[in-house]
Amino acid sequence: MDIKLTIDGKEIEVPQGTMLLEACRKAGADIPTFCYDPDLKLAGSCRMCVVQPKGWRNLVASCVTPAQNGMVIETESSDVVEARKVVLELMLARHKLTCHTCEKDGECNLQDYCYRYGVTESRFAGKVHNLFKDDSNPFIERDYDKCVMCTRCVRACEEITGARAINVMDRGHHAHIATAYDGSLEDSPCVFCGQCIMVCPVGALSSKIAAGQGKPAQNDKVMTTCTYCGTGCTFELNVKNDKIVGVTSNRDAEWSPVNKGALCVKGRFGWDFVNSPERLTTPLIKENGEFRPASWDEALDLAADKIKAVKEQYGPDSISMFSSARITNEENYLAQKLMRAAIGSNNVDHCARL
Amino acid sequence: MANYMDIIAGCKDKTGGIIEAYHAIQKEYNYIPEEALKEAAKAFKLSEAQAFGVATFYSYLSVKKRGKYIIRMCESAPCHVAGADEVLKAMEAYLGIKVGETTPDNKFTLELTECVGQCQATPVVTINSEPVFNVKPEMVPGILAGYK
Amino acid sequence: MTQEYRVLLEHADKINPESAADYIQVGGYKGLEKARSMNPKDLTEEVKKSGLRGRGGAGFNAGMKWSFVPQYPETKYVVCNFDEGEPGTYKDRIICQKNAQALLEGMAICGHAIGSNNGYIYCRGEYPFVVEMLKKAIGNAKESGALGEFNIEVRMGAGAYVCGEETALIESIEGHRGEPRFKPPFPGVEGLWRMPTVVNNVETFACLPYIMTNGADWFAGIGAKSYPGTKVLTLTGDIENPTYFEVPTDYLLRDVIYELGGGVKGGKKLKAVQVGGTSGAFIPSQNLDTPIDFDSMGAIGAALGSGAVFVMDESRDIVDIINRIAKFFEHESCGQCTPCREGTFRCKEIMERINTGRGSLKDIENLKVLARIMQKASLCGLGQAAPIPITSTLEHFEYEYLRKLV
Ligand SMILES: Cc1cc2nc3c(=O)[nH]c(=O)nc-3n(C[C@H](O)[C@H](O)[C@H](O)COP(=O)(O)O)c2cc1C
Ligand code: SF4
Ligand code: SF4
Ligand code: SF4
Ligand code: SF4
Ligand code: FES
Ligand code: FES
Repeated sequence: MDIKLTIDGKEIEVPQGTMLLEACRKAGADIPTFCYDPDLKLAGSCRMCVVQPKGWRNLVASCVTPAQNGMVIETESSDVVEARKVVLELMLARHKLTCHTCEKDGECNLQDYCYRYGVTESRFAGKVHNLFKDDSNPFIERDYDKCVMCTRCVRACEEITGARAINVMDRGHHAHIATAYDGSLEDSPCVFCGQCIMVCPVGALSSKIAAGQGKPAQNDKVMTTCTYCGTGCTFELNVKNDKIVGVTSNRDAEWSPVNKGALCVKGRFGWDFVNSPERLTTPLIKENGEFRPASWDEALDLAADKIKAVKEQYGPDSISMFSSARITNEENYLAQKLMRAAIGSNNVDHCARL
Repeated sequence: MANYMDIIAGCKDKTGGIIEAYHAIQKEYNYIPEEALKEAAKAFKLSEAQAFGVATFYSYLSVKKRGKYIIRMCESAPCHVAGADEVLKAMEAYLGIKVGETTPDNKFTLELTECVGQCQATPVVTINSEPVFNVKPEMVPGILAGYK
Repeated sequence: MTQEYRVLLEHADKINPESAADYIQVGGYKGLEKARSMNPKDLTEEVKKSGLRGRGGAGFNAGMKWSFVPQYPETKYVVCNFDEGEPGTYKDRIICQKNAQALLEGMAICGHAIGSNNGYIYCRGEYPFVVEMLKKAIGNAKESGALGEFNIEVRMGAGAYVCGEETALIESIEGHRGEPRFKPPFPGVEGLWRMPTVVNNVETFACLPYIMTNGADWFAGIGAKSYPGTKVLTLTGDIENPTYFEVPTDYLLRDVIYELGGGVKGGKKLKAVQVGGTSGAFIPSQNLDTPIDFDSMGAIGAALGSGAVFVMDESRDIVDIINRIAKFFEHESCGQCTPCREGTFRCKEIMERINTGRGSLKDIENLKVLARIMQKASLCGLGQAAPIPITSTLEHFEYEYLRKLV
């Protein structure tokens, strides 16, 4: 059943059960959010998305308030704007504002909304927390002096990854994100998937591997498929001056149908080998105990000759193939076909079976 | 002293009863030891981070070691106007510690609390949850001398 | 009328609250019997007709609340809110310690109305001795057969004022951090373990046996029309008789203080009185001739709340007290939503500044903005009510602030 409501003077129809946030967006209103995440359970806690239903005493958080028939909503009334400004000022009052060196610069919700509402400084500035934690892990930088306590990281860790490594500890103004006993990620069930970085709306969580090599907002993004395994996760290589400088993920299901942006530690953090000077760039052939560079033609001919020789002397069953999860399904199909049809052996196996 | 494994096992059948388990553990240990918290997390199917988040949410619970007697001074408005500050100062002076600290002999831990619901006789102090009424600064040594 | 009118506390100290037999002797469990002879719909109607409104602070019509509970699911819960965290309040403890069986009977009556045999009492962690007593009282009532199939389990809070908020309370029973849920859904539809749940205050439940035995009309005729019945009040602060009283709800605040309370301590003049606990408004002496009922209090910008009455004499420093109250909210905010988590902290910071003579007019202006947004945009009642002591004293006692500025 559809319900009718008026949003910023525009009448629209939405199905029963639609949240105001969605209805407002449908009506063309741009609603700012921090804690809302379409893939995670609702929190309704940042209060950035507030709107004014006509005749109601209080503002409502649009992300958790179902649209009602006949509602009249204003999304930028003076009260709404004042509330959003105060929310931003309250966040700024404890924020380590270092946009110039921040990895999130240019795609940070806090920065963008402060710009949008002209919030330059906070009327409520006072004590700050100093929550920065020198977490020795190689992958994730945790700077909770930039945290806005949206708890998206906690929810992503539980709902997407299932690791439940982090949670909120303490309460009130002392509340902050922590592992059990406020320890390091390495001592927790964290699997370093980096889903928490992906969902963080500000620069509180960032990649140590990509740090300082280019702000993600300014890098070129090349959509590609992860080569580590056959799952086929999509991600974006961050490219700067023709060099890979990082990995971010696109959460849009149309672009990332397999993983909706979620990755594992290898995909998100295991890309720096690409630029390694130790990487092999040609095939190598071993002669007299030493490797020498060779062309692909030479190397493949050599391999074919040797396989043929073994097959002639010992029969096809003496040959087996062990293929890799890092190649695609189609490539694996071709691999077993090579064994069965060309070489004549059924000895085919695959590392993903182990 | 009861083993925390037994204590936790005793509460396990209460759905969501981790707070009950924490109460029972604290009754024995005066705080929630790390191993006990981890055991409770397992029993109630929470992650350790979640169990820790619960334990640190409630001000009646502590994950830090505390003394044998936990003194909590009420500082809510009715006790405040009745002179809670002076009583607190007398406590600190007598024990030689500040709020949040434990005496070196591990006997007393001094904490602040909000109203404990005994406002008919302010200011109020509780010692291991037993309320003491109408406390005056000069009564402090006499009251604490009773705790061996 | 300046007398107490005791209904819930009529037999206080004359019966053993643990004993169902004692209670039955003074007419107890008759109400449940009558309730069970009625069909649930009629029972709910009867409670609605009595006009009984919640005694926990929000003042919602009890029967109305029950009527929102859907019929179909098998599992539903009756939850008693015995968190009693409002500073200056101990009336629920008194009701339990004097008349625990009435609470149990009231819960069972509600159970019959909504079709539930599962009761929980959530008692604050500061009352371990009351928990023991309640467990014995439940055991005794079960043994005597008075409760029938209705079961009651006692769960303990652990030092969190916010767990008095009904959805935080539910989270806490479930073993979680006591963070309020956003509403809707309301507990009546999705409460404890996501099943329909009625949450009522101790005093609300304890009224029910008397409504059932004496009739809805009898109850509706006591005290104020729009908020009938009696109310247990607790007097604290600068008062001659710092104790509890049960009065009809049309009782005047002035009489609470000067008749029952014996007047301001030491014969001093009254400066202000805060009703309803620490989140209540400060009422100046010119508003004392107001009945204590929910709507009359609301009309003067105050709230009956939990029924705590905190009296301050002429010598009291309002700003110092507000500073203390600001610290309370900073300590008790659950930390979930931005306006309250950060706002309560900044309120405390600003109040501290003003109280120690370092504040400026700018601070007062900022306080007002912050207060407005906390009230309008916080997730739960804690953050929405936290600025009320500040705004009400800025309204009535602004000079106390101004004289402390640099
Ligand atoms: C911060 C906060 C604290 C509350 N504390 C209590 C409490 O201690 N006891 C209580 O009965 N209700 C308390 N309430 C009100 C409850 O949310 C709820 O309205 C009440 O339990 C409903 O019962 P009633 O209708 O019988 O009053 C509190 C509400 C808020 C927002
Ligand atoms: S998190 Fe955002 S606002 Fe904060 S320093 Fe980084 S870019 Fe700036
Ligand atoms: S990296 Fe993954 S597992 Fe580790 S905390 Fe973040 S979301 Fe959880
Ligand atoms: S670290 Fe980021 S995602 Fe996590 S709570 Fe803070 S701001 Fe939100
Ligand atoms: S208003 Fe305060 S107590 Fe309520 S949800 Fe927000 S932070 Fe928590
Ligand atoms: S986005 Fe709606 S409350 Fe955070
Ligand atoms: S105010 Fe101290 S016990 Fe209630």
